Amino acid sequence: MASHLLSLLIWLPIVGAIVVLAFGRQANTARWLSLGVALLTFVVSIPLWTGYQTAVGGLQFVEHLSWIPALKANYALGADGISVALIVLTTFTSVLVVLGSWGPIETRVSQYMAAMLALEGFLIGVFAATDALLFYVFFEGMLIPMFIIIGIWGGPRRVYATLKFFIYTFLGSIFMLVGLIYLHMKTGEFSLASFAQLSLSTKEQGWLFFAFLIAFAIKVPMWPVHTWLPDAHVEAPTGGSVILAAIMLKVGGYGFIRFSLPITPDASQEYAWVVIAMSLIAIVYIGYVALVQEDMKKLIAYSSIAHMAFVTLGLFIALALVRTHGNPAGARLAVQGAMVQMISHGFVSGAMFSCIGVLYDRLHTRQIADYGGVANVMPWFAAFMVLFAMANCGLPGTSGFVGEFMVILAAFQDSPLIALVAAFTLIIGAAYTLWLVKRVVFGEVGNDKVAKMKDLDAREWIVLGAFAIAVLALGVYPKPLTDLMEPAVQQIVQSLTLAKA
Amino acid sequence: MPLSKTLLLTIVLAPLFGAAVAGLFRRQVGRVGAAGVTIAGVALSCALSLHVLYQLAWGGAPVFNENLYTWFQVGPFGAHVGFLVDRLTAMMMVVVTFVSLMVHIYTIGYMAEDDGFQRFFSYIALFTFSMLMLVMSNNFLQLFFGWEAVGLVSYLLIGFWFKRPSAIFANMKAFLVNRVGDFGFLLGIAGVLYWFGSLDYAQVFQNTLGDAAATQTVEIFAGHPWHVATIVCICLFIGAMGKSAQVPLHVWLPDSMEGPTPISALIHAATMVTAGIFMVARMSPLFELSETALSFVLVIGATTALFTGLIGVVQNDIKRVVAYSTLSQLGYMTVALGVSAYAGGVYHLMTHAFFKALLFLGAGSVIVAMHHEQDMRYMGGLKKYMPITWITMWLGSLALAGAPAFSGFFSKDAIIEAVGESHRFGAGYAYFCVLAGVFVTALYSFRLLYKTFHGPERFVVDAHHGHGHADHGDDHHEPGHLAHAPHESPWVITLPLVLLAIPSVLIGWFTIGPMLFEGWFGGAIRVAEQNDVLTELGHEFHGPMAMVLHGFTQAPFWIAFAGFAVATYIWLFNPGLTERTKSALRPIYDVLVNKYWIDELYQALFARGGIALGRGFWKAGDVGLIDGAVVNGSAAVVGRVSATVRWLQSGYLYHYAFAMILGLIALLGGLWWIAQAAP
Repeated sequence: MASHLLSLLIWLPIVGAIVVLAFGRQANTARWLSLGVALLTFVVSIPLWTGYQTAVGGLQFVEHLSWIPALKANYALGADGISVALIVLTTFTSVLVVLGSWGPIETRVSQYMAAMLALEGFLIGVFAATDALLFYVFFEGMLIPMFIIIGIWGGPRRVYATLKFFIYTFLGSIFMLVGLIYLHMKTGEFSLASFAQLSLSTKEQGWLFFAFLIAFAIKVPMWPVHTWLPDAHVEAPTGGSVILAAIMLKVGGYGFIRFSLPITPDASQEYAWVVIAMSLIAIVYIGYVALVQEDMKKLIAYSSIAHMAFVTLGLFIALALVRTHGNPAGARLAVQGAMVQMISHGFVSGAMFSCIGVLYDRLHTRQIADYGGVANVMPWFAAFMVLFAMANCGLPGTSGFVGEFMVILAAFQDSPLIALVAAFTLIIGAAYTLWLVKRVVFGEVGNDKVAKMKDLDAREWIVLGAFAIAVLALGVYPKPLTDLMEPAVQQIVQSLTLAKA
Repeated sequence: MPLSKTLLLTIVLAPLFGAAVAGLFRRQVGRVGAAGVTIAGVALSCALSLHVLYQLAWGGAPVFNENLYTWFQVGPFGAHVGFLVDRLTAMMMVVVTFVSLMVHIYTIGYMAEDDGFQRFFSYIALFTFSMLMLVMSNNFLQLFFGWEAVGLVSYLLIGFWFKRPSAIFANMKAFLVNRVGDFGFLLGIAGVLYWFGSLDYAQVFQNTLGDAAATQTVEIFAGHPWHVATIVCICLFIGAMGKSAQVPLHVWLPDSMEGPTPISALIHAATMVTAGIFMVARMSPLFELSETALSFVLVIGATTALFTGLIGVVQNDIKRVVAYSTLSQLGYMTVALGVSAYAGGVYHLMTHAFFKALLFLGAGSVIVAMHHEQDMRYMGGLKKYMPITWITMWLGSLALAGAPAFSGFFSKDAIIEAVGESHRFGAGYAYFCVLAGVFVTALYSFRLLYKTFHGPERFVVDAHHGHGHADHGDDHHEPGHLAHAPHESPWVITLPLVLLAIPSVLIGWFTIGPMLFEGWFGGAIRVAEQNDVLTELGHEFHGPMAMVLHGFTQAPFWIAFAGFAVATYIWLFNPGLTERTKSALRPIYDVLVNKYWIDELYQALFARGGIALGRGFWKAGDVGLIDGAVVNGSAAVVGRVSATVRWLQSGYLYHYAFAMILGLIALLGGLWWIAQAAP
């Protein structure tokens, strides 16, 4: 059965971007066109979820075309449950980003929208590529629109932020490229499946592991290579922040799943403690740093880092569980937890940045001190903000709980002490989130400017409402998502049991 | 008749439906609609809960234990949402829905002039839903859901008047302190899954029966084997310490009085704070495995029972007296759990729910009458203005103080005797604490009554003030000045008082026999034979009348009577004496009025300490080291290198040629070296 669904999903937004550039001279035309493209892409992505056969599992919607025959590089696409989940997250979020950028972006609308759509296409490409070179092209490609988005529509320090963002991530991907070239030399091709089957010595795996670690740790980002993220977020326009937090960070976690774990399992096992330690430091250290931030966006950016640490923690706990405890059931829980955390963080961080965007559009400041008592004038907004804050605290019934809960349960099976440190997020996460809410949302009206703020308009209502539904749905009933990913997770855990050296 | 899934779902969802309608469509349904739909929902829940209780107790219905749906299924591990309804659950359901219904009705009067009327009803209905989910759960996951959901609603309700700085500080504090408890609780749940192989109650309790469960140890720190049951139970109990406000996590409960009084009655006295007690009773098969954990429970509970009660004696805010009393009574319940008298703890939970809700609602009635004055120093002599409130509060206080034949007498005496009977480590200390606590309880209870309802009036009614009530803010006039005379509250307020007074007085008499001594709870509570103090006591139980008569000859009665006598002497007959006592006992008074300086300690250590730590990490770590030294530092290095390289790019061909040759040599040399090194 030949399916071109994945190609369609990749190229629809990219072609859409060109169309928007061509015909979007009028700002409103550009907006409606982009919304149409984003919506269409989302609709097209639905059959991906409904059509993925969990009973069969494995890669589906496979496409294969020869691309650079000399290098045996192929235009090869395919999706398992993990890819499907991330692609649908991307198409869903993109619609909301286009809607959310409706009013706030007033200059060069068509270019902004085009950059967003191109970014969407590249991101879907990253999640769908089964050829390492193709993956790399999309992986690098998505830097360009993001670079443009921050660099043109960003805040006053956008040049510093955008350069820092670009150089940091580019530096990381160079290491990955070297690793890929080495693997290509060994296998003669670029398919991820061939890399995974390749037998590698411990030493080779070690080098490759660190090459991948640098690339993906920067992307996630993990402590201590996280400092580009707060700066990028602070300067990025709201839509850029939402896409960055909700989707782009996930590429890092996805990379660990597709590269580090299957290609270098033995080295991953050997150095799992490094990643686990980095994750735990991120949870505690970054939590404290988030507590004292005075800029709302920085606070949520730091909170993102702490939450993404659960992704890396889960993935490498899984390895430890399989390899040292012989506990594949616990490992599956850990990988599922990491994956659910990725999807959930997409919703929650996207929603939080959207909330901050709503405030920013009204007062043009992100300083916490400039707000206070917003609930008095914006009751609906306050309700949404409190809901998303609770999701950020990992309250059961919201999506934020599910992944963290699974990861902590699994971590306990590796070591109760690791679980103890990880569970500290319950306290520190609640502390920084609720303190933010207290200072921004509650209290007497902070100043005259706050007094004049208007509650959500219809467009903002739709954006926050859609996020709210997603956050609650995943929190109340995560089974459809875990069922979708279960075959892929099982396969990953299965592959971890096999030593390659 | 067996219980049906539909029936139980209706009980849970009716309040949720009310909450959704009142919250989301508050404009459309208006005040009457919001109150109507939530009260109808809770009333339905209450009626059906009574039906469930009847079916389980007399109708011969079997215990209901079924999953509703699967939350997720990962490999062999499934997480479900489901109900376990046995007599323990049914009792909790009735207590929760009944008190909730009373509070709903009361709220019509109490919040009549508040702008957030609909929002309030939405929250308390949502609370009822969450609490029902908690008590009806058949697994740890859903328990945790309910646990956190009631915490969320508590957060929203303490901060209900979100303009008040004190309220939004208190709600954040409550949430965070509870999170410290939940931190332990979650680890306990993780331990349950790991060591007992499931999150399902039935499965876990089944697995506790094996010999391995009691003896299995783990070395978290090398060389120190710990019993897994001890670790799990202490972790779970840390959760209970947060939710049920046990020392040292008790600090949030007094501050929670910032919330409107109806929720103090519902959440912070009758139901939510007792979730920890219920949870430990529910987990009795686990706790029975660990003598150490039970001793821990016992000592914490005893400390809470005595030392928080003492603070209540020096409080002047009427609600805070009741709040400290609640802390102390929660300590009593915990003590009961600690001596394996789980049924005794749960029994006191039930009687306490009625009389403490009554006392809070009575205090609220007084506060309304005093136009939102809460300071007892400006009250006095109110009995002639509000006789119903006065009488019902007396009944509630008598029950609280353990006057013979009142409900509190039966439940508290049973706990004290159970502690006396126990030989567990810490039981001696606990026995002292609970006996001394009886004196303290009588002291603050009657002090409250005398200062509020008796003696001279310590307020003036300013005749010249016009009509119109003050807002629900703190903006009343000078202390002790009222715009018009106090008055009895409307019937929506007094009716719940009367309806709560009835069980406060009577319920003990009718239930003590079956619930405590005749194994009414059946399999819901499991006690190891050698720990079963209640059965021991049961041998000496010959009906409520005999227990009352016997009570007159026992120490607790006379200790309580002494408290009553001292309170009467000081606060009724010699009000001047308090000042003299205060200065004579200055050091003790200072310690108590400052609440042992625990708040100050936490503020310095955790709040300011946390912020200082965060600043340190941020400025020294992120800004200084990572960005300053490494990132921007390497950027500076690149800058310098490129300056050098710019110098190299001289434009002279021979420079380039020379560089190429050097490069080629380096490359070849490198390749040669690699070739040599390779085997």
